[in-house]
Parts: sequence; structure tokens; C-alpha cells
Amino acid sequence: MSNDPIYTTYNQIVEQSLQHQNGIQNIPKIHLGLSTCGIAAGALETKAAFEASLQEYQVNVYLHTVGCMGHCYAEPYVIIDHPESGFPPVFYHNVTPGKANMLVQRFLLENDPCFEHVYGATVENELIPSVYEFSRFHRERRLVMKHCGQIDPENIHEYIAAGGYAALAKALHMDAKTIIQEIQHSGLRGRGGAGFPTGKKWQIASESQAADKIVICNADEGDPGAYMDRTLLESNPHQVLEGIAICAIAVGAKRAIIYIRSEYPLAIKTLTLAIAQAKSLGLLGSAILNTSCQVEIEIFQGSGAFVCGEETALIQSIEGFRGMPQHRPPYPVSKGLFNHPTVINNVKTLATVPLIIEHGADWFKQTGTPNTPGTAIFSVVGSVVHPGLVEVEMGISLRELIFTVCGGIPGKKQFKAVQIGGPSGGCLPDAYLDTPIDFDSLTQAGAMMGSGGMVVIDETSCVVDVTRFFLDFTQKESCGKCTFCRIGTRHLLDILKRITVGNGEESDIGLLESLSIDVKQGSLCGLGKTAANPVITSLRYFRSEYEAHIVDKQCPGKTCRPLIAYYIDLEKCARGCDACVGCCPTNAVFTTRTRKKGIDLQLCVKCGECMAACPPEYNAVRKVSPPHLAPVIERPPDTDTNLSH
Amino acid sequence: MEFETTDQDLITLYTICDQFTDKIIERGQLIPILQQIQEKIGYIPKEAIVKVSEVLSISQAAVYGVATFYNQFRFVPPGKYPIKVCLGTACHVKGADIILENFERKLGIKEGETTQNREFSVERVACVGCCALAPVALVGEQVYGHMAPSKVEGIFTQIEVKKQIEHKQTPNSEN
Ligand SMILES: Cc1cc2nc3c(=O)[nH]c(=O)nc-3n(C[C@H](O)[C@H](O)[C@H](O)COP(=O)(O)O)c2cc1C
Ligand code: FES
Repeated sequence: MSNDPIYTTYNQIVEQSLQHQNGIQNIPKIHLGLSTCGIAAGALETKAAFEASLQEYQVNVYLHTVGCMGHCYAEPYVIIDHPESGFPPVFYHNVTPGKANMLVQRFLLENDPCFEHVYGATVENELIPSVYEFSRFHRERRLVMKHCGQIDPENIHEYIAAGGYAALAKALHMDAKTIIQEIQHSGLRGRGGAGFPTGKKWQIASESQAADKIVICNADEGDPGAYMDRTLLESNPHQVLEGIAICAIAVGAKRAIIYIRSEYPLAIKTLTLAIAQAKSLGLLGSAILNTSCQVEIEIFQGSGAFVCGEETALIQSIEGFRGMPQHRPPYPVSKGLFNHPTVINNVKTLATVPLIIEHGADWFKQTGTPNTPGTAIFSVVGSVVHPGLVEVEMGISLRELIFTVCGGIPGKKQFKAVQIGGPSGGCLPDAYLDTPIDFDSLTQAGAMMGSGGMVVIDETSCVVDVTRFFLDFTQKESCGKCTFCRIGTRHLLDILKRITVGNGEESDIGLLESLSIDVKQGSLCGLGKTAANPVITSLRYFRSEYEAHIVDKQCPGKTCRPLIAYYIDLEKCARGCDACVGCCPTNAVFTTRTRKKGIDLQLCVKCGECMAACPPEYNAVRKVSPPHLAPVIERPPDTDTNLSH
Repeated sequence: MEFETTDQDLITLYTICDQFTDKIIERGQLIPILQQIQEKIGYIPKEAIVKVSEVLSISQAAVYGVATFYNQFRFVPPGKYPIKVCLGTACHVKGADIILENFERKLGIKEGETTQNREFSVERVACVGCCALAPVALVGEQVYGHMAPSKVEGIFTQIEVKKQIEHKQTPNSEN
């Protein structure tokens, strides 16, 4: 292989990258996650604290900023690798500036890893239990996100030193047909929601004789509760770029566009830098690895419209129009952006491509199910102990994902439902927890793989309210082109609204059902076709909740505010305590003649602060539904006057 | 509430648009130009619609139609302290609407509005990507996780303190 020009060039680059790594090999390292979620949790303050104390104690340590490992519950986290101490690399969670300071003093200077703060070691060893003993770690199957949180996304050399761009070098040796065959053979299905076979899409595009073809990476990620694509782009942008380049080579495109939402400033910054670095090393641009292959990647910032995630609307938006979906066919693969054949793939789909090229389709098919090989990346949030991003093998059950990997429901509460697939998906009850995770099984159950957003709901949340939330979203995001989507979602929302405020009528359930079918059938694009899914599944699995709202004016989850009331249990209330009075934002809590407290239901906005503030030893605040169950405690006349000041 | 476009903002607007005169620019530039204007000025003043339509030789209705279609573009200036409350799925199930209400009540404005003195604005956003901290609110770039109604009060106190410090540091604050 030594006289192969592509590998010669590639190996030179690898050599260069390894040299960059050599400089830091023998000093202790602190790996610190610095993606959006880490920064939100205070990682920048933690970083500043490390820098200050490293400076103060004059310790020579490499502070290595990395992306996100997906363990959002642990942010900000650090991994300290201090070989001289004799300990393995150690994972610390929720590292505050104070903890950072202490770790420098005790671990880096005195070789004491602070056992009381250790979460686990990141490798198997005899001294410290490894994090892989936790199911959150060992049940994950990290293929696509393997390097996320391990490498510095702003330094291309780290990706290359970890084997990056080898797939690109390999692809340059294959002819386009072989690449596409390999992808087809791998059974890779688009991770953007619909699960369309990626190889087939590429095949159609490659058959076109058009001179100019375009590849678009769809990073619009419009689901209001999902952030996998962003994390991938922030933590390992090069893997996505490599995938885009391979796709472009395979279908014969010279131009690629990453359509990313402008709400993701950090991801845009990281990507811009990554593109520049890859170009300067000759891995993108003209003459990739000194061949005649040419791929230019540019970034287009989307402007925050959910419907622009839909491929034809996305194209409209790049062309400078309102993002309204168009009739298909013609499909974008034959006639897309500026009428050129256009391949549109999701970020995760493209990030999977280098793995398949590098290891082969057969290797890829060993993971997952026959119909959906590979892994799935979910953002699991809501009522779980360990929320965050997880990558698991396709085919594992929802139960395993929620209860084993993510630690189940906190605080001894009961599981109620899991909402999968965002606004186009559905709510599944516990009877469906054994459903395997793959495109077809989830669709059969009434949910949808969709974007990969997963929200776990416990008994204290209301399914009708969550449904209303999604309809509120789709109604606002409907582009207005199809009448059924524009007006139908509006009516669905109005009905759901009146049910959640206690004005529902018995005929409403039937109305919701028939309207849902109409909206589904009368809409052009996926937004309208799936908008009613949350309504349909919640009616199928949680009909009794709707009935409770409509007939008994009661909210079983005690969430819908017009249907609940707070009161103070006078048996439990302590005379001397004023916690609830002080925290009430509307002065609804008053002091009775006995100096115990009462709530003025006229003023109460039902925010629940008093309940949170009431000390656990009294635990005197009660929430009831329907509201008339709350005993009325008269406000003594004299306190009324106090209020007006 | 009507806000007059400041002279400073108008100058910025004209400077941005001047880059494009004498050049043939395509319709595809419309969104990037609007994004640039919003980035520099903070919102899309009404004069921008006119100016951009001239630059691109398309109707004002076409510019306005596109600008209003996308959530990113706003037509009222943001406050000096722009408050964003996350109403994404995870935040919603943890009671984000109550947080939003508290900000609205405290400032006497509704979401999407700016206080008359342009100090504060409140808006809702969808998932800021730290659902594990839900419910979440942002003031400028600063993220506040695990929000509670009582924390709203705390945020305003913090801003007040910050303002006073800034006030002291401005050299001519005595005059
Ligand atoms: C309303 C709507 C929103 C969508 N949003 C996204 C999105 O945010 N990201 C995405 O990759 N695909 C989204 N899609 C799917 C795209 O239309 C398209 O199928 C996908 O990008 C193809 O990529 P894939 O084959 O890799 O899945 C959306 C579809 C619809 C109907
Ligand atoms: S839903 Fe609020 S941060 Fe994700």
C-alpha cells in the first residue's frame, strides 16, 4: 500500500496528527465536557476554576476540552487521567468550581482521588469500581457517538489520530457503485424519522445524468425536545463531514450544504471551524487527498421553522422562500435544490456512513435487528433518574431503555407513559414497554421513531395536557398550505384546550377522533399527516384520562391548573412557620386567626411554590382535583387590608 | 407597543444593505440578509423590509412574507436583558408555563413583548438542549436550570445588583 498515492497522502496526515498528540502524552490530563448542555450546567465556571488553581499551584496538566458524552444528569463532569498517581482515569460528576479546586489540590498534587466524590473509573481496574458497572454505561452501544466526549471537536488531529477520515481514504479507492452497494447491503435506514433506505436514495441520485448534484445534511432538528443532532455536531463534527464527503463522492455531487438551525450557535461555530480545518489538510475542497475528487461543504442557517425539516420545505427555504412543502414526485433526488438532483440525509445517517465504509456492511448488520440494523440515538428526558443522550442497539425494549439504561422513574413515582417521536409521535402506556425499538415496531404501536426525542411521563403528569402541548406546537408550526392541517389542527387544539380547562363535552372525544382522521388524510406533508398522532394514541391508550377531564372535571395527574386546587391542611400546619407566605408570588397565602395558614383560592395561580416551600416535617400543603374538594378557609377580614400595601 | 427605530440602527441597516448594491444578488440571499440584520440590530425594523425589497428587487410583501414565516425573526426590539423561557417538551412537563407566567406577571408584559424602557423582553423558545436541567430559562446567554417561580425573583435581584455594579464602573456616572 506504500506506493498508493491516496494512502501516502493520508498516512502523512495521520503522522502529523499523531505528532500533535505526542506532545501531551505523558502529562496528566483533565477532560472537561464543553458542549451546550455542559455550559448550561456551569462547565465554563468549572473550567475557569481549574485554570485558576492549576495556575496557583503551578501544576503542569493538559486541560482537554471535549464534547458531550451524553450524560446530561452528571454535567458538568470531568475525567481526570493522572497515571503517575497509580489510579486509572476517574470520572467525576457535577463538578462545581469548589470541587474543581479540591481535585487539583488533592488528586493532582497529593495523589488522593477523593473517593467520596468518585463516580467511577473509566477503565476496568482493581482499585476503583468502573463506571461500566452502571447500566447507564454498559448497556449503551456506542458506535456513532463513540468519539463524542472523547475528542476535542475543535481539533481535527484528535479525530484523525482516533482513526478519522480513514473511511474517506478507503472510499476514494472504491468506485461509486461499490460504495452505494455497500450502503445498500448494510441496510442503513435514514435516521431523520421516516427510515427510508439510504442506499436506495443514493442509488437513484447516482443514476441521474445531471451535471450538478447536491448533498444536503439535514440538521434542522425541529422537535422541541430533542438534541441528538446538535450534540453530534458539537462533539464530533468531522464524522459528519466525512459522511457527507463519502455521500457526495458516491452520488457524484461536488457541492454539499449543511442546513442547520440558527438557534445552534455553538454547533455552527464548531462546524465552520471543522470545515476550514478539513480543507486545510486537503480532506475536503478540491483535490481531496490529492485525487481529482472535489467536495465543497457550506453551511446554511435555518430560521426556526419545524416544517423546514421536511425535505421539500427545506429546499424552498434555501431558495429564499417561505418553507412550504411541495408535491412529491418529483422527489428531491431527481429534482431538488435549484432543480438539481439532491440527496437529503439526516446528521445521524451521515455520521453512520463512515463506520459502514470502514468496517463493512456485514459488521454493521451484526448490531440491531434484521429490518433496522445499527443503533438508535435517543434523548431521554422527563421523569427519569439519568436523563441524557443514549445510543442503544436497535431492538432493545423500551423497558430496558427507560428502566435499566436511564435508571427508571425518580422518587418512587409510577410510570405513566412514554412519548416517542416528538410532535409526530405518540404516547405509549406501560403495556407497550416491551415493544422493541425499531422503525416498524414503534409505528405499529402507534408511536414513531421520529426525531428520537423521548419523554418519560410519570403519574404526576397529564397525558391530555402533553397532547395539548404537542398540538399547540404543530398548530403554530403548520405552514398553512393545506386546509386540513391549518384549520384542523386549530380545532383539535381548541377542543383539547377546552377539555383541559374543564369545559369539555361528552361529544368531544368522538369529534377528536374523526377530526384526527381528516387531518391525517387531508394533508400533503408529514407534518399534517402525523400531527394528529399524539391525539390518536392518547385516545387509544388513555381514554379514561380524557373521560375524567370531561365527565368528572378531574385531572388524574393533577396538572391541568383549572382542574386543581391547593389548600393547607390545618392539622399539619405549624403556627410559627411562614415559608409558604414568603414564597407566594401573588400574596394568596394568608395567616388565619390561629396563626396557621390558608390559601385564598381567588388569588391563587396554582404555581405550587407553597407546596415546594412547606418544610417536609409539616408537609401541610395539599393538591386536589377537582378543585371543589379543597376546604374553604375564610381569609380573616383584617388581613385583607394588609394585602393592599 | 410601537418602537421607533433608532438612528444608530438605521445607520447599521444601511451599511448592511450597501454591501449588496451594485451586485446581482439572488433570491437565495434573502434569509441570510435578514439574519445579518437581526444579528446586528437585534430585530427586523420596518425600514428593513423596504430596504431589503429594494436590494433584492422583489416586493415588500415577499420580504415580509418570508420574514414573518420564520420564528427566528422578530419585529420588536429585544430588551437589554432578553429573557427566554424554554417551553420544549421536557420543560413543559416540568411546569415551564408557570415560569413563563411568573416572568410575565413580574414585568407586566406578555411573551413576545418588550418593556417600554427596553430593559426586558420575554419570549418562549423550544428546547435549548439541556433538558436534564428542566425547567430552563435564559437571560441573554446565561442559562438558569431547575427554575422555580421563586427563582424568578432571584434573577431580577441579580440583574439589579449587576446594573448597580456597572453603574459604579461607568466613569461619568456621577454626573
Ligand atoms: C414536519 C417534518 C419535519 C422533519 N424534520 C426533520 C428534521 O428535523 N431532521 C431530519 O433529519 N429530518 C426531518 N424530517 C424528515 C425529512 O423530510 C427527510 O425525510 C430526512 O431528512 C431524510 O433523511 P434520512 O433519509 O437520513 O432520514 C422531517 C419531516 C417532516 C415531515
Ligand atoms: S425542553 Fe427545555 S431544555 Fe430541552
